[in-house]
Amino acid sequence: MTTMTIAKAINEGLRATLSNNPRTLLMGEDIGPLGGVYRVTDGLIGEFGADRVVDTPLAESGIIGTAIGLALSGYRPVCEIQFDGFVFPGFNQITTQLAKMHSRSNGNLTVPVVIRIPYGGGIGSIEHHSESPEALFAHTAGLRIITPSNPHDAYWMIQQAVDCLDPVIVFEPKRRYWLKGDVDTDTPGHSADPFKAHVLREGSDATVVAYGPLVPVALAAASAAAEDGHSVEVIDLRSISPIDFDTITASVRKTGRLIVAHEAPTFGGIGGEIAARVSERAFHSLEAPVIRVGGFHMPYPVAKVEEDYLPDIDRILEALDRAFAY
Amino acid sequence: MGATHLPSTEFDGTEADDQLEAQAEAVLGDPAVPMVQLLGPDGTLGTDPVFSEYAARLDAGKLRGFYADMAKIRRFDVEATALQRQGQLALWVPLTGQEAAQIGSGRASQPQDYIFPTYREHGVALTRNVDLAELLRQFRGVSNGGWNPKDTNFHLYTLVLAAQTPHAVGYAMGIQRDQKLAAAEAGAGGAAAGSAKPNAAVMVYFGDGASSEGDVHESMVFAASYNAPVVFFCQNNHWAISVPTAVQTRIPLSNRAKGYGFPGIRVDGNDVIAVHAVTEWALERAREGKSPVLIEAFTYRVGAHTTADDPTKYRGSDEEAQWRAKDPLERLEKYLRAEGLADDAFFEQVKADGDELAAYVRRTIHDLGTPDIRTAFANTYAEAHPLVAEELAWFEEYSAGFADEAEADEAHTDGAVRR
Repeated sequence: MTTMTIAKAINEGLRATLSNNPRTLLMGEDIGPLGGVYRVTDGLIGEFGADRVVDTPLAESGIIGTAIGLALSGYRPVCEIQFDGFVFPGFNQITTQLAKMHSRSNGNLTVPVVIRIPYGGGIGSIEHHSESPEALFAHTAGLRIITPSNPHDAYWMIQQAVDCLDPVIVFEPKRRYWLKGDVDTDTPGHSADPFKAHVLREGSDATVVAYGPLVPVALAAASAAAEDGHSVEVIDLRSISPIDFDTITASVRKTGRLIVAHEAPTFGGIGGEIAARVSERAFHSLEAPVIRVGGFHMPYPVAKVEEDYLPDIDRILEALDRAFAY
Repeated sequence: MGATHLPSTEFDGTEADDQLEAQAEAVLGDPAVPMVQLLGPDGTLGTDPVFSEYAARLDAGKLRGFYADMAKIRRFDVEATALQRQGQLALWVPLTGQEAAQIGSGRASQPQDYIFPTYREHGVALTRNVDLAELLRQFRGVSNGGWNPKDTNFHLYTLVLAAQTPHAVGYAMGIQRDQKLAAAEAGAGGAAAGSAKPNAAVMVYFGDGASSEGDVHESMVFAASYNAPVVFFCQNNHWAISVPTAVQTRIPLSNRAKGYGFPGIRVDGNDVIAVHAVTEWALERAREGKSPVLIEAFTYRVGAHTTADDPTKYRGSDEEAQWRAKDPLERLEKYLRAEGLADDAFFEQVKADGDELAAYVRRTIHDLGTPDIRTAFANTYAEAHPLVAEELAWFEEYSAGFADEAEADEAHTDGAVRR
């Protein structure tokens, strides 16, 4: 068991996958000598060379497109997109090509491409550097989307993504890159399945589902609610596509109330999908409507007001209050 | 380096504009733009300082083969168009006029090369031994692919224009790494050099319209940066549906390669001998790791963009007539006859073979299968997926309800003719 940050855990996970498979390679902007703008690939080019840690031209469509070609020729490329808001030049390649290749080849071809995207706000950054576009990708069949919230998951999930035959997007909670935690590098343990949600805190009165950067916020809200006498269960979703509805439904059957929190705008978001499915699966267990806590229907606002935009402990507590009022 | 080394940006108005205009006029559609041509429209074989040597490698059998391929694929094109008109295909994308560009380049490729087509490369498919009936699956609506690219190293058609160009460069980057891995393994195991696989290259097709897509630019940047073994084969057929090439480019497309730092060549796309020579040169160069190459095959889409298109709305028949006079099959036939390399019997046999292919396609189209949506469920992901499993289970239950109804209907309409 070693203590490390999420950024370091991903770095170690990438090192492990590069060591284990000579056909794994990393691609992205500034990931070589600089080690990426967040230093997630720090030191890897020195260890594995420029053919396996590839500083690419500044062109996201080119990065994803060439990664598809590399995957078709038997490689396991891991692409780094520098920031969430810069994935869109590669959106066409991801949605029309990467997601559909296995299907349109009638299963003959697989394209095991991994795309790492640092996402989310709370870092006081400028435009296009704080977005949460996961729902746009979750809506696309053929892709898998996971997001770690702690170093142990970060270490294992990146390796599990590389091992998966399907394309996987790993959304990395950039404001938690420096969050420290214990990592067992010998065994994933309960994190063996990256597509399974984890119950992080058990409770009996309400369930809060969160993922990525909002997991620590949800846990803090549950602690605060406990002081008011409410027992709140917290689920770390971990996988955004597919979603582990079994774990969520089992929890709601027990608690009767569900809050879903994410930084992305609520309209058309993951919270809406979870609300709809849970209402179909556990309608008679619900004591209150499923309540979503998320961003507003606006472009991500300027840094000086992002605190008003981002869900925080109080926003989750307010949603819990509304749920308890039913 | 001082500022004096920078080119001046101080244009003095109209003079500079006029100068640029004159330059543009000089290159646009100007026959003086260098274009490799060996076999002229009149069927006489010319010479070229570089490419005559490549043409000299072609014996009579190969030349007859080129003709047979071109005739076969033209016959196939006619048959597929007819099948669309008869409702057997939803759409067809004719290639007539572009036979030399496709057969010449495809025949220059080797089995170990990997080819990324766009969606009109039926001729290239023929040279890669793809079963032509399988090409029709996509247009019949029974598959989004239709063949296994691993069997022939001929990738699926790509309909999002130019999206396949970065795939080709990535595949070529994979070939580079394969070679290094093989060398490392050979070094470690002391294996004999004779066991090494032959060098491979990638060739990717696109058109004058697609040349405007950003993916072409990004691919060429990547290809140049990593010196990837890839040949960009652009068929400039002069029309992107209804928009002429002049809207896509103000210079010959082959000139664009200069901007990326690798060779670009314009070749007469209706001259199968020149296309073959230039492509062979380019693929050899790529396989040897010398550089990527851009080939612009100057040709013409004689027919419509697709069976849903109406060229009379946007271009004159005189232009089509001019290009028909440069027909790739006629000029090779003239040459073969004049040189005594093929006789009437050969051309009759070619016609008979074409008719046989057409009959095969017509016969086979009904055997292309009826798709089952369960296949789509099965192929959305390579690994098990709970949402897909849940939706499939729902679909099975839902359909089972109709199956009961259908059984009841069948019992009532016993003996009736059913479709």
